[in-house]
Amino acid sequence: MLRFALRRLVSMIFVLFAISVLTFVIFTVIPGGDPAVRLAGRNADNAQIASIRKDFGFDKPAYVQYGRLMEKVFTGELESYSTGRLNVFDEIVKGIPRTLSLAIGAAIMWMLFAVALGLFTAMRAGRASDRVLTVLALVGVSMPVFWVGALMNYYLGFRAGLFPNGGYVPLTEDPIQWLYHLILPWTALSLLFIGVYSRILRSNILDTINDDYVRTARAKGLSERRVLVKHVLRNSMIPIVTLWGLDFGAVLGGGAILTETVFDLQGVGQFAAESIESLDQPPVIAITIFGAFFIVLLNAIVDIVYAALDPRIRLT
Amino acid sequence: MSDCLLDVRGLEVGFATEEGTVKAVDGVTFQLQRGEVLAVVGESGSGKSVTALTLLGLSRSPNAYFSGSAWYGDVDLVSASDEQLRRIRGAEIAMIFQDPLTSLNPVMKIGAQIAEQIQAHEEVTKTAARERSIELLERVGIPRARERIDSYPFEFSGGMRQRVMIALALSCDPSILIADEPTTALDVTIQAQILDRIRDLREQTNAAVILVTHDLGVVAEIADRVAVMYAGRIVEQGTLDEIFYDPQHPYTWGLLGSITRVDRDRPGRLPAIAGLPPSLADRPDGCHFRPRCPHEFDACTRIPDLEQRGGGNEGHLDRCWLEPGAKTELREVDGQIGLTGKA
Repeated sequence: MLRFALRRLVSMIFVLFAISVLTFVIFTVIPGGDPAVRLAGRNADNAQIASIRKDFGFDKPAYVQYGRLMEKVFTGELESYSTGRLNVFDEIVKGIPRTLSLAIGAAIMWMLFAVALGLFTAMRAGRASDRVLTVLALVGVSMPVFWVGALMNYYLGFRAGLFPNGGYVPLTEDPIQWLYHLILPWTALSLLFIGVYSRILRSNILDTINDDYVRTARAKGLSERRVLVKHVLRNSMIPIVTLWGLDFGAVLGGGAILTETVFDLQGVGQFAAESIESLDQPPVIAITIFGAFFIVLLNAIVDIVYAALDPRIRLT
Repeated sequence: MSDCLLDVRGLEVGFATEEGTVKAVDGVTFQLQRGEVLAVVGESGSGKSVTALTLLGLSRSPNAYFSGSAWYGDVDLVSASDEQLRRIRGAEIAMIFQDPLTSLNPVMKIGAQIAEQIQAHEEVTKTAARERSIELLERVGIPRARERIDSYPFEFSGGMRQRVMIALALSCDPSILIADEPTTALDVTIQAQILDRIRDLREQTNAAVILVTHDLGVVAEIADRVAVMYAGRIVEQGTLDEIFYDPQHPYTWGLLGSITRVDRDRPGRLPAIAGLPPSLADRPDGCHFRPRCPHEFDACTRIPDLEQRGGGNEGHLDRCWLEPGAKTELREVDGQIGLTGKA
């Protein structure tokens, strides 16, 4: 198990390297004008552009350019020129707790609801309650997050005044306010995933429940609850857990952009969205790389958790 | 009958399907005595497995219906509540299933799977349950049980997994062990070892065994009494010797005639019973075997009861209208028991 985890983490490093090279290629090597001009932003003068060109080594070979760019990204020296030399790294660090609060809370929320809903509908497969919830799940899947978010914000936040109208309060400052500000964003982001996950879990449970080992578990005289939790649910959850990690990574790596913007959470996603709008390239580069890193890291963690859940994986 | 452990009377099990109601078990009656091995034989779809599953309530489902009774002590297994059944399952009546490859939870250590059953029925600590699991694994012949207890099912061979299943079944000293085709998925040498194991354990614990199988070789090896099932009914029931040497029902003759035997000349082709078993949704009136039986006559359109018909000893029951004298004559095919082709 430990060897598996180590091997998985080592292979992760190669993927990360490949991603950083690819990002570099996309943003600076591919033709389309002078990379220095693009980095400098809209309002740069010639002197600024010249200093950026020298700074990033755009007059030197590609490997030097790559080295310079990575150095800037990882030492936190990268600056956003169009916003008056704002430090990109500081902005990202400022946004991370907000984005993490959103993503972690939403991930927990959608998993809890999906498990409850999946279990409930599987137990009542074919009955009226199952059908109603199936339709609701499909509705949840079909609603785009920016639309639901905007509606919630308007009706529950602005009109009814039940919830704050966007914004964020740090957890360390006031946990209650933190929760209060995040309930709507969590819900908006979770709806889609609850729909998808509960449907997958429902069909997994219905498959598993007819497996021979579940019959064995019943024949052993276990309580129905234990049969469900230890034998049916445990095996049905394995694919869901994989998906969970991947989707969590995807939300961190960009999926939160819409939710953060709608609810004005000022997280990394919103920073990315604003930078893209103003064609401010340095933050986009840094966020792309950090976002990709999160996804790769989450993937590795998922694989390791997967191996812990299903011992058959560990051998390969 | 103080030695009667299980008294099944008129058991019927039907399932509602798209093709109509399928009666999988139709009036099955038998008694099981303490310490005996009762073999239930028949081909696929004869209702033998459903009978076995019903005794533990494992065939219960929204589209199944049951009638008749199966008394275990003062509990009727057919109408017992889920909680009553749960307490009996595994503790007093345990079951070994056909396919050891799929019958164990793939993501749980085998020790945990055994300990979990012990803890479901007895107030024991985790350590005590674990120690007992190790003992059980040793008893069924798993080498280095203390190390192997933390292995997962996929790390065992089929025969070893079936031993784990047996250990599981024996963990609470059940008084009845139901084995549903326990050796079907295993190769012949492992089959013999598993049967030896079941036999030893029966001697050690004096548990009664219901062995569901289609393999007459296994039956000859281990059974005391035999019930032959066809299309949901028991067509003949008697001791091992009665069934093998004095069979009364043409279907039994056909079964016996269709097995290879090393002590006889090998025929050119193995004789098979002509035709197919009837669909359980649409069975012939009267004797279900009638359409395939070469000795069919007028009486066969009425259902023959399972009773002693004078052909054999007391307790040797069958469902065939033929005269006992005629049976002894008709079952001789080339000097052996068999079924002639349908005229």
